[in-house]
Amino acid sequence: MRDVAIIGIGMTKFGELWDQSIRDMFAEAGLKAIENAGIDKLDSMYVGAMSSGLYTEQEHIASVMADYIGQRGIPSARVESACASGSIAVRSAYMEVASGMGDIVLAGGVEKMWDADDGSMVLATAADQEFEAYVGVTFPGLYAMMATAYMDKYGLTREELAQVPIKNHRHGANNPKAQYPFEISLDTVLNASRVADPLRLMDCSPITDGAAAVILCPLERAHEFTDKPIKIRGLGAATGPIALHDHSDLTKIDAVKLAADRAYKMAGVTPDDIDFAEVHDCFSIAEVITAEELGFFGRGKAGKAIAEGQATYGGKIVINPSGGLKSKGHPVGATGVAQIIEAVEQLRGEAGKRQVENAKIGLTQNMGGSGGSSVVHILEAI
Amino acid sequence: MANSQRYHREIGHRYRLEAQKFDSGYVTLARRYIDPTTGSKNYEDIRLSGEGTILSFTIIYIPAEAYSLEAPYPIAIIETDEGARLTVQVIDCDFKDVKIGARVKLVFRKIREEGHSGILNYGYKAILI
Repeated sequence: MRDVAIIGIGMTKFGELWDQSIRDMFAEAGLKAIENAGIDKLDSMYVGAMSSGLYTEQEHIASVMADYIGQRGIPSARVESACASGSIAVRSAYMEVASGMGDIVLAGGVEKMWDADDGSMVLATAADQEFEAYVGVTFPGLYAMMATAYMDKYGLTREELAQVPIKNHRHGANNPKAQYPFEISLDTVLNASRVADPLRLMDCSPITDGAAAVILCPLERAHEFTDKPIKIRGLGAATGPIALHDHSDLTKIDAVKLAADRAYKMAGVTPDDIDFAEVHDCFSIAEVITAEELGFFGRGKAGKAIAEGQATYGGKIVINPSGGLKSKGHPVGATGVAQIIEAVEQLRGEAGKRQVENAKIGLTQNMGGSGGSSVVHILEAI
Repeated sequence: MANSQRYHREIGHRYRLEAQKFDSGYVTLARRYIDPTTGSKNYEDIRLSGEGTILSFTIIYIPAEAYSLEAPYPIAIIETDEGARLTVQVIDCDFKDVKIGARVKLVFRKIREEGHSGILNYGYKAILI
């Protein structure tokens, strides 16, 4: 297999993009990535989207998007793994470049969520339809049950858990692409409207429109296009049970650990080598559990560590410098790609006020459903 | 969504709690062909007694549209005495009595209706015992 680098990035602002359709958004992100890489022709592309059909009634979007970024004629495929669709698209592009089948390959992600009436119904399709959605559990409800079990087992308090979104909003306040680029107070989190006990609105990532795209090429050719190529040093993907109740331990998400172990092994690094991480904080409790599965903190310790400032600038590791899904926004299919874009900006030294000092190795962790899938990438400045 | 065959094939587990017990001891209400942990394909058909224990729970305040008249309502993950794990709505209870370790029994109830003239859907819910 050939080594693979990222040579171009592009994304829309995340938010309620009423003036942009799904193809407008993807075209903006894709064309920015192509321009950023300084190329004009792709060999092929992959598009991650969870549910363009239910959200916008447009399927077959791999073809639509190739056409609307000026690449009519190339092979293009859509890939789907619920909220991990974006990083599965990057993994697909990686495999194509690594195998030698293509040289210049785009991986993008997109979701147009604000056009739908009942978005919670769409998100619930990432859960087990017959054994979860049918009985009336919602997506926040699944993570709420993880939170209930975790708080009971490890004694994490409601106030400590609130520090996850507070930290992420503090980071996101410096992100011009973020949907909600402002700080929030403890009072705001604790008194937000109830969604699914113990989670309140401020524990939940928002409904977001957005698109993101990156361009991959063989590492040996990367310097033809950029002075700052970012190497994909390791990656791992894994599946887990579709239903939360099939997790052997409700305070763990096995797919994250499986994906991380594969990525660490391939990269030849350990959690201590990671300078910053973008993790899938779809709900506050998700960041706590994934930080443990990724090996940054011991079992039952991540919640208190984050509350004590160990996951921000000056702490053990900066988690979610972009603001995470909570502040930056979570356009489902675009999220995995946007996490990688944040990592590239950090490693290029282009993250502005969010810059993590001396960032050399970054990790991204994207997750589908309540742990039905997860993808981890480890990126390195070279 | 008025096609009844898609409900017909769910009758066994929804109405009669028909489950499988693999020779590894794994018990599942969702029909499987292979034990996801051991790879065993040997099982016997069993019926769940319906009694079990709450492993975790939540109170849903913002439901999907089909359940909007019921909110707020408790949802729990339970393990039945046979070892099957399932997610259920807990009904006819004081919310403060829904807690980890509480004992429950599955009962037959209406789950939802598909619009004003659609099919009525039935299945299992849980009461505290």
